[in-house]
Amino acid sequence: MEYSMIPEIGHFALILALGVSIIQGVLPLIGAQQGRREWLVLARPATQISFVLLAISFAILAWCFYVNDFSVLYVAEHSNSQLPTVYRLGAVWGGHEGSLLLWIFLLTGWAFAVAQLSKTLDEFMVARVLGVLGLVATGLLLFVLATSNPFERLLPAAQDGRSLNPLLQDPGLVFHPPMLYMGYVGFSVAFAFAIASLLSGKLDAAWARWSRPWTTTAWIFLTLGIALGSWWAYYELGWGGWWFWDPVENASFMPWLIGTALLHSLAVTEKRGGFKNWTVLLAIIAFSMSLLGTFLVRSGVLTSVHAFATDPRRGIFILILLSLVVGSSLFLYALRAPKSTLGGAFSLMSRETLILLGNVFLVVAAGSVLLGTLYPLLIDALNLGKISVGPPYFNAVFVPIMVPVLFLLAIGPWANWKSTNLNALLKRLWLAAVVAVVAAILIPRMMGEFTILTALGFLLSFWIIASGVLQIIRQFKVGKPTRSFIGMQLGHIGIAVFVIGVTMVGAYQEEKDVRMAPGDTVSVGGYQIRLVEVRPAQGPNYQATRGTFELGRHGKTEEVLYPEKRNYDSSTMPMTEAAIDAGLTRDIYVSLGEPLEGNAWAVRVYYKPFVDWIWGGCLLMALGGLFAVMDKRYRLRLKK
Amino acid sequence: MKAKFVIPLILFIVLVGFLAVGLNRDPREVPSPLINKPAPAFKVSQLADPSKSFSPEDLKGQVWVLNVWASWCVACREEHPMLVEMSKSQVAPLIGLDYKDKRTDAMEMLARQGNPYNLSAFDNDGRVGINYGVYGVPETYVIDKAGIIRFKQIGPITKEVLEKSMYPIIAQLKKE
Repeated sequence: MEYSMIPEIGHFALILALGVSIIQGVLPLIGAQQGRREWLVLARPATQISFVLLAISFAILAWCFYVNDFSVLYVAEHSNSQLPTVYRLGAVWGGHEGSLLLWIFLLTGWAFAVAQLSKTLDEFMVARVLGVLGLVATGLLLFVLATSNPFERLLPAAQDGRSLNPLLQDPGLVFHPPMLYMGYVGFSVAFAFAIASLLSGKLDAAWARWSRPWTTTAWIFLTLGIALGSWWAYYELGWGGWWFWDPVENASFMPWLIGTALLHSLAVTEKRGGFKNWTVLLAIIAFSMSLLGTFLVRSGVLTSVHAFATDPRRGIFILILLSLVVGSSLFLYALRAPKSTLGGAFSLMSRETLILLGNVFLVVAAGSVLLGTLYPLLIDALNLGKISVGPPYFNAVFVPIMVPVLFLLAIGPWANWKSTNLNALLKRLWLAAVVAVVAAILIPRMMGEFTILTALGFLLSFWIIASGVLQIIRQFKVGKPTRSFIGMQLGHIGIAVFVIGVTMVGAYQEEKDVRMAPGDTVSVGGYQIRLVEVRPAQGPNYQATRGTFELGRHGKTEEVLYPEKRNYDSSTMPMTEAAIDAGLTRDIYVSLGEPLEGNAWAVRVYYKPFVDWIWGGCLLMALGGLFAVMDKRYRLRLKK
Repeated sequence: MKAKFVIPLILFIVLVGFLAVGLNRDPREVPSPLINKPAPAFKVSQLADPSKSFSPEDLKGQVWVLNVWASWCVACREEHPMLVEMSKSQVAPLIGLDYKDKRTDAMEMLARQGNPYNLSAFDNDGRVGINYGVYGVPETYVIDKAGIIRFKQIGPITKEVLEKSMYPIIAQLKKE
């Protein structure tokens, strides 16, 4: 039997890439240290070659999935000839080895982008930034080649593959990892810039100006990636939850929190030269969180629904990698940071102070999530027993810490840099305060139930929105707003929209678990839902039972919903495909449960008010980031 | 080097320490809360002869070993040689608890692999397993003369577990 050589080319490309990465990592950094120009200039071409090699390797793996090459072990484990083509391609990152290859491919992609878009940057800086990225890539390539080779062969080849977990056969899940990794991995650029500046001893505003668009772009992707994962869980898992404080969810959320603090800290460093050490430290921590997250997911240290199949060797390897990268960075920080000069002074009442306060709370929030995530491990390591930490802890600790952040959000943009007058601030904000209080009192009453927590949610979100609207009105009186300004407004209002969604759903959702036979009706949230019939149905690689439900109000049918229970050929676990009627102000969610006696079914229906505002808010935040990145001052640099 | 700038590094080193220790732990393994508690009572039919029954009461006054197994359990095949060795050594009665299984499949497996058990109790619906806190197969209990659970092995019995943990405990319990 003839086996294709193409996977071997993919493997070989990785080996070559390792060699190039070593060159990219070592020579430019030494060159910059010793002033050797001939080593400095190796950085860009090495980066470009690395990227091309990784692109080839990744494309080959995708090709193996596309043509159903089951002589490649990874393909046989995660794909199947009955799997629809689009999911065969999504399966490329459905398991540990492939997703790691995606990680490195995106890392070299980011490095390539930096290499191409840094023509006006000082060549010592370029060499150092690309050098650091090269070192990171080296570490990860070693990891892949030593413990997680996606091109390992299965000889003789399998007749057919094991197929992809049905849960992952979904468009949301296809896009979630690439988006997330673009963000996660993207923070490596801010990290590289921070290390480069520590190495050069030049911690200044110019470095911050360079870092900002890269950091913002990574942050946009991370926001979208997390939102996509959350939305997917909501519609796919069948019981309407959207966030579970699972260790792997937390692993993506912590970099986001730190990344948000970093974005704002960079603004201060760029504008006022202040917070330099803070910003550098945040850049290091953000990427460290990304690496830590990668470790947690793949090492078996924590139990999680997300965790990849584990192998202790992998855990040890990543831990060593993590220790080297983060340990050396923090060591460098301890050495060089004390030498940085102070930025512009600022008084207690100023925009700088407000941003600093907000960042402190964001970092504390991230710390609380880290503590909760690692606590079971800490307790076990100290032989104090086995415990689990879940939503009760996170909700009780995380939410109060975020309250001050939301409060300060609305005030910050009004405050002047360096020094601002408290009375002037109060004059600007009193109207927003009134709107907030009115909303906090009225809306819960309108929705039917008043609690302190829901009132607080509306208080804060309307405080932010009202303040934003007032800022926009004032800006239009003065002149055309910059994209940077629009970005800030969208970002801040986005978070308020998110809070509204969370508050509404948390407080006013309705859930009913009922037994329904054809002809029965259940009412929820002011709607009537009638079961018409339940029939078998067939999909490309599954058998299903499909229910037909009529959704209506006041006797008129508005929508027909078709929830399914699917049995995939490749899995014994039945999958629930909920049917959702989505709307701007509510989702109606119908989920088919178990068949019961007498032709009846267990049915779960939800009324979820404003739930789409949760992800809508995230979209707004991402859009805000996009506007900020497209601001004129960054485009000017590209033209040169 | 100013002190406060070293703090992040120190915190990180502590974190790595915990993570390193954590790598050697299995977060899914939950120790049994039934150690030193009476073995839960039950009475179920025997696997080979449904007309006969088995209960822990039958072995009061003896030190004995209860091994939870099933024909569908892959890891059970790993520990099978150890069970055979234990049964040959005659150190204590070895009672099997056939967990959530089909009688025919289970009998077939014993015929094929060899039967190390004095007898097997048939826990068809898993109720006995629930009472014993079984959450995976195989699991093994050492029960003393008074009917108290004194040791639980989660997962397959390895040579090391047999020689370093089980035989010593059984010997000690016999002296009591």
